[in-house]
Amino acid sequence: MEKLIESLSEIERTIIPYLHESVDEIIKKSGLDKTTVIRALTFLENKSLLKIESVNKKEIELGVNGVYYKKNHLPERQLIIAVEQHNNKTIQEIRQAIKLSDNEFKASLGALKNKALITLENGRIKLTAGKEEISKKFPEEILLEKLPIDITNLSDIDRLALENLKSRKEIIEVKERKEIKFALTETGRKIAGRKIESDLIEEVTPEIIKEFPKGKKFRRYDLHARTPSINGGKKHFVNQSIEQGKKIWLEMGFKEMTGNHTVTSFWNFDALFTAQDHPVREMQDTFFIKGVEGKLPKDVKIIEQVKQSHEKGVGGSKGWQYSWKENEAKKVLLRTHTTCLSAKTLASLKKEQMPAKFFSVNKVFRNETLDWKHGFEFNQSEGIVIDPNANFTHLIGYLKEFAKKMGYEKVRIQPSYFPYTEPSLEGSIWNEERKEWVEVLAAGIFRPEVTIPLLGTAMPVLAWGPGFDRLMTEAHKIKDLRELYKNDLNYLREHNILIK
Amino acid sequence: MTNIIFSRKEFEKHIKLTPDIQDKITLFGTPLESVTNEEIEIEIFPNRPDLIPMHGYLRAFKSFLGKETGLKKYNVRKPEKDYKITVDKAVKEVRPYTACAIVKNLKLTNEQIKDIINLQEKLAITVGRNRKKIAIGIYPLDKIKLPISYTAREPKDIKYQPLGLQHELTAPEILAMHPAGRKYASLLENQKKYPVFIDANKQILSMPPIVNSEQTGKIDTSTKEVFIECSGYDKSSLEKTLVIISTALADIGGEIYEMEISDKEEYTTPNFATQKMKISLENTNKLLGISLTEAQLIKALQKMGHNYNKGTAEISSWRTDILHEVDLIEDVAIAYGYNNFTAEIPNISTAGEESKENIIKRKISEVLIGLGIIEISSYHLIKQEEAERYNLKEALELQDSKTEYKYLRPNLLVPLLRILAENKDAEYPQKLFEIGAVFSKSSGKETGIEEKDNLIIGITPANATECKQHIDYIFKSLNIEYKISEASHAGLIEGRTASIIVNNKIIGHFGEVHPITLKEAGIKMPLAIAEISLEEVYKTIN
Repeated sequence: MEKLIESLSEIERTIIPYLHESVDEIIKKSGLDKTTVIRALTFLENKSLLKIESVNKKEIELGVNGVYYKKNHLPERQLIIAVEQHNNKTIQEIRQAIKLSDNEFKASLGALKNKALITLENGRIKLTAGKEEISKKFPEEILLEKLPIDITNLSDIDRLALENLKSRKEIIEVKERKEIKFALTETGRKIAGRKIESDLIEEVTPEIIKEFPKGKKFRRYDLHARTPSINGGKKHFVNQSIEQGKKIWLEMGFKEMTGNHTVTSFWNFDALFTAQDHPVREMQDTFFIKGVEGKLPKDVKIIEQVKQSHEKGVGGSKGWQYSWKENEAKKVLLRTHTTCLSAKTLASLKKEQMPAKFFSVNKVFRNETLDWKHGFEFNQSEGIVIDPNANFTHLIGYLKEFAKKMGYEKVRIQPSYFPYTEPSLEGSIWNEERKEWVEVLAAGIFRPEVTIPLLGTAMPVLAWGPGFDRLMTEAHKIKDLRELYKNDLNYLREHNILIK
Repeated sequence: MTNIIFSRKEFEKHIKLTPDIQDKITLFGTPLESVTNEEIEIEIFPNRPDLIPMHGYLRAFKSFLGKETGLKKYNVRKPEKDYKITVDKAVKEVRPYTACAIVKNLKLTNEQIKDIINLQEKLAITVGRNRKKIAIGIYPLDKIKLPISYTAREPKDIKYQPLGLQHELTAPEILAMHPAGRKYASLLENQKKYPVFIDANKQILSMPPIVNSEQTGKIDTSTKEVFIECSGYDKSSLEKTLVIISTALADIGGEIYEMEISDKEEYTTPNFATQKMKISLENTNKLLGISLTEAQLIKALQKMGHNYNKGTAEISSWRTDILHEVDLIEDVAIAYGYNNFTAEIPNISTAGEESKENIIKRKISEVLIGLGIIEISSYHLIKQEEAERYNLKEALELQDSKTEYKYLRPNLLVPLLRILAENKDAEYPQKLFEIGAVFSKSSGKETGIEEKDNLIIGITPANATECKQHIDYIFKSLNIEYKISEASHAGLIEGRTASIIVNNKIIGHFGEVHPITLKEAGIKMPLAIAEISLEEVYKTIN
């Protein structure tokens, strides 16, 4: 209790003496405005001294026309008076005798007919009720006098009158409001009504720092009170994963390769020994770009060698045995894999730079539809090792090391096929949760048809790449690929940061 | 890649599918996709079409397991009378080559006929590149009269009853009305003459690559002898395909007969000539990192269906994948067992290095995140409706994109506006940034396209002051001098827009977005943005 009292703020102390009364009374007697009183009540609720109830109330009030009619009679009252004086006259004549708008006249005719006070015969209005009945107040008039009134206080007759008036123009208004009530808890009852003095320090000021008043205590904070959440800056979760992916390569001593997203077919396909009639080069799978002209690389020697490798073969290879066309190689497209970066890197590598290790983590594109499993834009990661002494066991070694750094100890390899590597392999990791092998690491040694034109010699180049986006969706528990680039702010704000 | 399905019952007549065998199927180089009580499904890579027929698969797989290793020989009989096909000059411009064979002594079940038709289809789709490169026809021999002529005629002069229809149609009608005609009509586009196979009775057997005739094109359980033709423009692929089909039929009891091809030269097909390729033990051991003896090398090659003699491997005629010594070396690795290789890491000491631009991008991100701004990551492509809405006449267009995203983004503002519109109900204020590539035409580049990295910051409710503060803070943190000057920019409010200048070059702009642009974008709150190109920043930080 002691602690509780020490934690009471100024506004709470102000209203505590009046806690046995209603909210409206508290507002009156404390001199605080409604918002402040409600805030003080909320603080007290947080301290379990009372429980706030918010009751939704519906009130019926006078509308603009309602105010007028209350003062100057409802139109149907005016009409019945007129008909009393001029019984059995034509509608026209009555119409001229009173001051009503067309709407009002129509509405009141209808209202009186419904009450069986008049009939219409041959265009004439006839009274059908006696003087006593006419002089009685209509339920609608009685209702108007009662307003404003809480909807729960209406009698059945009032409700009928309400329905009649609701449909007419701005006679009544239904207003909804929240009424705040509260009930004291047992602890609350112990405190309510008391006047609480306080000589606790509210704020640290320079004066207090200069000289701390001896013996005085600080007003306690309610440290459990709910605070509004804040939003801060954050890296996009895809980029977080990319950072992590990069770290593994950097730790293993690889240099980053970068390059444009748009390339010529020469680098994306031809230099990688992909025949010009290979289905992957059709627009069904690849994004070709309209309205631009690509150029072949400046190094004619490379072009010659690539052409040879396709047509007749280089280094003892048979080649693809067809006629290689320059125009096909000049086509411009969005790269379909990051291996074209490797190709460009090999082409510009100098002898002194070997042995060398390079990596990239980057966007690639395929002409696909967009659904939960497919997308047209995704990340790929790739690493190459250029070393005259590199061999297949090294490829497996790097692969397993890489998988280990990703957190996977169990790796299985099996034969695979890619147009630019031989031997090729696919590495699978063991998914403990689903108890199955998942293929994620494509790898191989570049074919001489690739390395001879680009490096000038058939040097072994080891290459491998993890299925980056697939691993990422598993790590972030994402079921729908479209979420990766949806940029839903709520999701970005709330999403956890990966700690790895 | 193509997946093939074998009947489990048929497969197990030869090899039982124990767990060990199932593993071996994958280790052989044909990933096992699924096994049920009725079927097994296997993935075949594009370089091994010889594995598509079940017996072709068993031939290779049994050898891999050590049973019946080495080069298989097939008995091929010499051509009998009239086993001849003449290739006319007229067809050389349209579909120049053909390879043909006759197979006799068949006793076909309905299952086997299904398999043969399946094999034809699969080969035409994969190696045949959807019939463009290779088309295949198989005919009951008793319905045709040898010898055959392979020629080309004008479309209007070709008339026959295509398979599946009741009446004779001309070639143009077939292309318009027959399902195969409609599907493959594009392969005969712009041709003045269409290819046809005609027999000695002047019957049209077929018009490749479209469809056979009804009279001669169907084989059934009564068929004992068949005529097979392959047509296309790549002679060696045709010959290999013919060998694959012939051996598939021989494997179920057929007898293969050669046919004479009378083309520019005279030769016979099927061509079962083996391929010879040198393979060095030293190269093999060096590339694989193992130490085989020559005897072990021989055994490995034989397990993969090859023979070996003094440094040269002899490769069967149905293999399409051996282009270089490395293809044989991979076969040796498969025979050795991928699961038997050790994992070694050589002692090559190199230091890791991040690209300079990425370091700078990362630092800029860190600065902005420190200011409480959230990073977004949008597509590099923008929608057609966006290109139209913002009048982006110069934007680069993609060919036949399958989605509504049809253009390369010329700036980062368009994606930002889209993302803000989609998040208009999320809590405000919203402060977002993105760093990414934008694209524009540039004839000087190798691709005709220039790519630059841009940075965009968006703050809503609008606060041009805050935008300016952020830019100022970034440049200060990177120690780069900059200036601003009043400017106009499409989509931004006149009098509330400025250019950002570094090294006397305008690198970007900032300002409040015009309400008309906001409305077009579907955004309900005021917005201020700053977008700059980072190229000058990269240059300056060096």
